[in-house]
Amino acid sequence: MVHSIKGSPAAPGIAIGPAFWVQPVRLDLDQRPVEAPEVEFKRLEESRDHVQESIQVLLERSAEALGSEERAIFEAHLLMLNDPDLWSLVKEKIYTGHLPAETAWDEAIIFYINQLKAIDDQYFQARALDVQDIGSQVLHHLLGMPEISLESLPGPVVVLAHDLFPSDTIRLDRSKLLGFCTCEGGALSHTAILARGLGLPAVIGIGAKLNHLLNGTPLILNGMTGEVIVDPDESALNEFSLLQEKQHKINAEARQNAQLPAQTLNGQRIEVVANIGSIQDARLAMDMGAEGVGLLRTEFLYMDRTSAPDEKTQRDAYQVILNTMGTRPVVIRTLDIGGDKSPAYMDLGKEMNPFLGWRAIRVCLETPGFFKDQLRSLLQAGMGHDLRIMFPMIATLSEFRQAKGMLEETRRELTSAGIPHTEKVQVGMMVEIPSAVILVDAFAREVDFFSIGTNDLTQYTFAADRTNPKVSSLVNAFHPAIFRQIDRVVAAAHARGIWVGVCGELAGDADAIPVLLGLGVDEMSMAPTAIPIAKQEIRTWSMETCERIAKQALDCENGDEIRQLVRTTSRAS
Amino acid sequence: MIEAVVKVGSDVGLHARPAALFVQEANKYQAAITVIYGQRSGNAKSILGVLGLGAGKNAEIIIRAEGADEIKALAGLKSLVEENFREAIPNN
Repeated sequence: MVHSIKGSPAAPGIAIGPAFWVQPVRLDLDQRPVEAPEVEFKRLEESRDHVQESIQVLLERSAEALGSEERAIFEAHLLMLNDPDLWSLVKEKIYTGHLPAETAWDEAIIFYINQLKAIDDQYFQARALDVQDIGSQVLHHLLGMPEISLESLPGPVVVLAHDLFPSDTIRLDRSKLLGFCTCEGGALSHTAILARGLGLPAVIGIGAKLNHLLNGTPLILNGMTGEVIVDPDESALNEFSLLQEKQHKINAEARQNAQLPAQTLNGQRIEVVANIGSIQDARLAMDMGAEGVGLLRTEFLYMDRTSAPDEKTQRDAYQVILNTMGTRPVVIRTLDIGGDKSPAYMDLGKEMNPFLGWRAIRVCLETPGFFKDQLRSLLQAGMGHDLRIMFPMIATLSEFRQAKGMLEETRRELTSAGIPHTEKVQVGMMVEIPSAVILVDAFAREVDFFSIGTNDLTQYTFAADRTNPKVSSLVNAFHPAIFRQIDRVVAAAHARGIWVGVCGELAGDADAIPVLLGLGVDEMSMAPTAIPIAKQEIRTWSMETCERIAKQALDCENGDEIRQLVRTTSRAS
Repeated sequence: MIEAVVKVGSDVGLHARPAALFVQEANKYQAAITVIYGQRSGNAKSILGVLGLGAGKNAEIIIRAEGADEIKALAGLKSLVEENFREAIPNN
């Protein structure tokens, strides 16, 4: 029966296809009659063989995409799957304990998980998750619930999940993915960012209603409005197929013109650059017509490792990215860990409010050796490039001065050691904490540029957690409360002759473009796949119209009013 | 039965990759091989057994081998650890 459910629109586009769950909703170890031990054991071996094959296929298929550390993890999974101690315990439970295969396996896996969890070392604790992973894969197979892994989608589907994690990207069979729907997540969660990066429509934060959808249910996903039409009728299918075609056409046109600069109707240029978090992203960015990098998230170098990356590792990675971008400006953000992302080898402690806690620049300023490793690598890799360094989470002038001081120290140390490094580097900061917006004029005297991180700024402004579906609708960057802050920052910056960029997801929102243009933002940084359309949008506006829209937007009461304003304003006026 | 004390490298610890190499090496031999770290001991042929020891950087472990090829086994594992787990070269 046709009906629709609503979530947060997370990534634009239209998807039409069958629903497909990638994580089962429940897992019950039901009691069923125990067969003879040999039968139980054989069932277990068969499930093990099945999972072994799927991991081997994964290793083969992703040979180029996987780094050596990642391969090592999957190879360790294979060893765990066949571990002699594990199997001896399982055998004992089946033959002596007369337990069914599922229970015997589950108990044995839990034993080893607990053993690893008992070791007071974050790395071993993380390995417990590996055991849990293979344990769960075998269990699902035993229970006849296929552990639907993301690398083996049955056909073009709209993926449904409770939530998706950044690490899921490695397993995605992108050729069969039409779009995403999740129960959890706000518009700025990792799922949304992931979907936008892939250029696929996504609707998230749907909540428990999503659980009622069965595999195979035909869906229409509208990534622009957050609507999911379940069991659409013919008229809905026709309407959306047409809309989908229109979107494809717009995308194709945009792609064609992506490499050209983005100029308004009266010829004013605005820099359109990319938010990236890996070497592959840098290549994608170039492909999509990025004129530089507005935000290089450096966390990828620190995560999923057993120890902090040394200077050489960092330098090499930054070098590849800087080389890919040539002489285009590259803004690199120093380490922003804590909150929802922290590496296994750093004990950041358990915090009640990680987003308000000890993270990013706060951690770096208190671990100068560690921080200067990054600064040293950046300065060396930056030679011959337009490197710009920015510090995240700056709340006070003192923090910025300290961070800049450490950068200067690092420079002096490199000079006296005779190590070649770049002399030319702009030093700026992310504007994401309200105190920085309020005192922006003071900051403007000390920085070379500002980059407004609207994702976090929005969370702190509305005091709401973007990953909490109960409040995530409050975390809406497209809102006068945010646009007024941007206005204030631009005014203070331009008064001192420095530039301002916007690097949050807001920059990739087509409706935000005229407002940002009108407010005088100098640079917009977004997911690479959003660049072609953004440039296309910019080309359709005149600066005069944008300035008028921006002025009115600042007096609006909410985001919807501004959207109305943008959508009802004729472009060439 | 023979045994030796070996020190695990300073930038490694018996973490996933080195543990995997260690276990793969141990499985080449017939001898029963045990690894001891502090109060814990584990089967060297079992990755869960080896990981379960929680032997981190600079850990001193005892490798104990018993069986027909115990001398080769001990030598093989000792050199693997001492060479900081460089990729094991296949024996001819």
